[in-house]
Amino acid sequence: MSAPLLEAVALWKRFPGVQALAEVSARFGAGEVVAVMGENGAGKSTLMKVLAGVHAPDAGEIRWEGRAVRMAGVAQAEALGIAFIHQELNLCENLSVAENIMLGREPRWGGCWLDRRALRERARGALERVGLAVAPEVLVESLSIGQRQMVEIARALAREARLVIMDEPTSSLTSGEAERLFGVVGELKAQGLGVVFISHRLREVEAVADRVVVLKDGRNSGSLRRGEIGAERMVQLMVGRDLDPARRRPWEVATGAVRLEVAGLRTRAWPGQAVSFAVRAGEIVGLAGLVGAGRSELARVVAGVDRAVGGAVRVDGVALPPGRVGAAVAAGLALAPEDRKEQGIFLEMSILENLALPGLGRMQRGGFVRSGQVAALGARMRDLLGIRAAGLEQAAGLLSGGNQQKVVLAKWLALGPKVLVLDEPTRGVDVGAKAEIYRVVEELAAGGAAVLMISSDLEEVLRLSDRVLVMHEGRLAGEVGRAALSEEAVMALATGTFCP
Amino acid sequence: MKQLLHNHSKTLLILALLGVLTLVCGALEPRFLSPDSLGMVLKYAGLFGVIALGVSFVILTGGIDLSIGSWVGLSAVLYPVLLKNGLGMGAAAAAIAGLSVGAGLLHGLLVTRLNLQPFLVTLCGLFIYRGLARVLGGGREQILGADQEWLRDALVLGRPVAGWPVPSVFVLMVGLAAGAAVFLNLTVTGRRLLATGRNEQAARYCGIDTVRLRVLAYVLCSLLAGLGGVLFLLDARSALGSSFGNSYELWAIAGAVLGGCSLRGGQGAVAGVVLGSVMVAEVRQAVFFVAGDEWKEFVIGVFILAGVMADEAFARWMAARRVRA
Repeated sequence: MSAPLLEAVALWKRFPGVQALAEVSARFGAGEVVAVMGENGAGKSTLMKVLAGVHAPDAGEIRWEGRAVRMAGVAQAEALGIAFIHQELNLCENLSVAENIMLGREPRWGGCWLDRRALRERARGALERVGLAVAPEVLVESLSIGQRQMVEIARALAREARLVIMDEPTSSLTSGEAERLFGVVGELKAQGLGVVFISHRLREVEAVADRVVVLKDGRNSGSLRRGEIGAERMVQLMVGRDLDPARRRPWEVATGAVRLEVAGLRTRAWPGQAVSFAVRAGEIVGLAGLVGAGRSELARVVAGVDRAVGGAVRVDGVALPPGRVGAAVAAGLALAPEDRKEQGIFLEMSILENLALPGLGRMQRGGFVRSGQVAALGARMRDLLGIRAAGLEQAAGLLSGGNQQKVVLAKWLALGPKVLVLDEPTRGVDVGAKAEIYRVVEELAAGGAAVLMISSDLEEVLRLSDRVLVMHEGRLAGEVGRAALSEEAVMALATGTFCP
Repeated sequence: MKQLLHNHSKTLLILALLGVLTLVCGALEPRFLSPDSLGMVLKYAGLFGVIALGVSFVILTGGIDLSIGSWVGLSAVLYPVLLKNGLGMGAAAAAIAGLSVGAGLLHGLLVTRLNLQPFLVTLCGLFIYRGLARVLGGGREQILGADQEWLRDALVLGRPVAGWPVPSVFVLMVGLAAGAAVFLNLTVTGRRLLATGRNEQAARYCGIDTVRLRVLAYVLCSLLAGLGGVLFLLDARSALGSSFGNSYELWAIAGAVLGGCSLRGGQGAVAGVVLGSVMVAEVRQAVFFVAGDEWKEFVIGVFILAGVMADEAFARWMAARRVRA
């Protein structure tokens, strides 16, 4: 076999706090469709970005047609013939399809004039190759997401790409659009191009890929050739880690009354899907699913940050007014959000100010803050969660990720919530802080609160949850009870392989 | 053709709105439709249109320029001062053009290289240029010499055609707008400017030097503000450094926004800016007749607010239609 188009040899890449790639190797040939798979955070996107020149690897080698290359940027990767299609599309919606396809290398006449005819012709050629039947002069803003994806691919072709890398190309496509996309992928393959794509949808990969490369925790976990590719094998390679059952939370039967009830709730992201479930006092319910399944959108609607399209949220039987965070907090429902730095904490403010903010209304006299009460609260919360800081006057931004997360939790715990919604409570948190956060969440539940925990860390979900709800493409794909709880069961629901 | 209509649906909508506005103003006050009154409307549309065109380049790239009014004042004071100090007309004009380019370069480089916020950079410009205009004017009104009257006729007032006044400044503005439209629509640089305004990251990933384009927008804006300053001076015949051109940047931005420019960048058409400027001038004139000059700021504020709200509703309606399609 001749040298593959692109070869990654023992790539290493470290980001602050996480080893994203550890000795990852992979080969991508011409006329071949390769799927890269793995759980959330397994290193797939990082690998793609390193191959496309977005990030430089810390160690390892990238070979193009057998020769080692140093990719100093996207432009150089493009010059070699690698086109990278981002998950978020990079189009200028105010320009026409043709202009987007040729952006940056527009044909000219007389030095500065845009040669519209040549532009149209070249764009039309690229559009034909992807089988997109729209006029080149149509504005991109009038296209559907699926059509925009095709425009991106056409742009890659117009640049004479020989290897097209796509980061989750189907994540925002309808199934019909995805099918058409893979029709085009087949075409590209027949034309001798190499195609690499990331996907979470097992069926899709089964249907399209010639080869599957599976990553887990930033390492190669296995590789499957055509004929070996099957949903079960893939899930096995993606999760296949040993769980220590002894570390699980001791079995507790949740016998309390229903505290949080979500009835027919529909979010703006998935207006066609109504979600219903309930969480009882003393229960920790995990909410699992892939990135983009609609979990965080659901959490935000439950907490009143976003307005629901329809449905109701009840706390202890009382319906919350839609879209009002203040009312939710007053009713005893708090959300520790997904993006800590943007949504959860005031980095420039002191730890004490952060802790006191939600409950300031209760610690005042005639509009003036009672600083004695605030200080007492701060000390109590610091001891409860073990927040490690030089002092409570320190800016929250100077804390480690784990301690910042503790501050976010503490500010809500200080209010004594009835319902706590956690969105990725331990993302970017070190092991020690994780354990403390788990302990506090368990204690809160034991004290009679209802906890809904979104997490992409399956180990964490299994360890803490009494039962797990799994979301897939905006709907509840199913529920896994404590007895049947396993990574495979959750992943099967999350990837849509198994529909009960 | 249908595609063409679709791509310009917003401009057509603005044109229709302008027609309705003209008829409503005429119905409210018949004097509004008299030749003299319409001549005034076109003259002010021309004067404000020149600086509105300038600021629309900056708005297209997602920036803002608050220093326009002060730059108008500074160049209006500078022109007679330079003439008085023995410079020829050509040399004075060239000096103002050169200084304008320099100011635009400064704004652009501060915004792109030092990553300062456009609002702040040009707010400082607003104060600095106003201060310079006051110092330069020496507290006295700078008066245009009688030997400049022919230039006033040629560049601002123009001659009536068949009894209807056609201010040459309006013709000049339309000509500049045509040039701007050609630049934005037919040249590679112009298209890249639009791309940069809508999605700078995407443009950069396509190998486009977005910094240069954003600087270019500020340069064009200041250059047109300098030209505008001289035109406003020719119209008024005299300029006081402390007040001439005060808050004109806001009228310019109003014209651009009414013409369909989005302050988020990347959205707007030159034809819309021309129409927007005419609309602003019409509202000024109509308010003058109907309610008195002191009401003009109030009415224009309400008018723009209504326009922006209608625009938002229109955008939602288009988006909803797209989802259904």
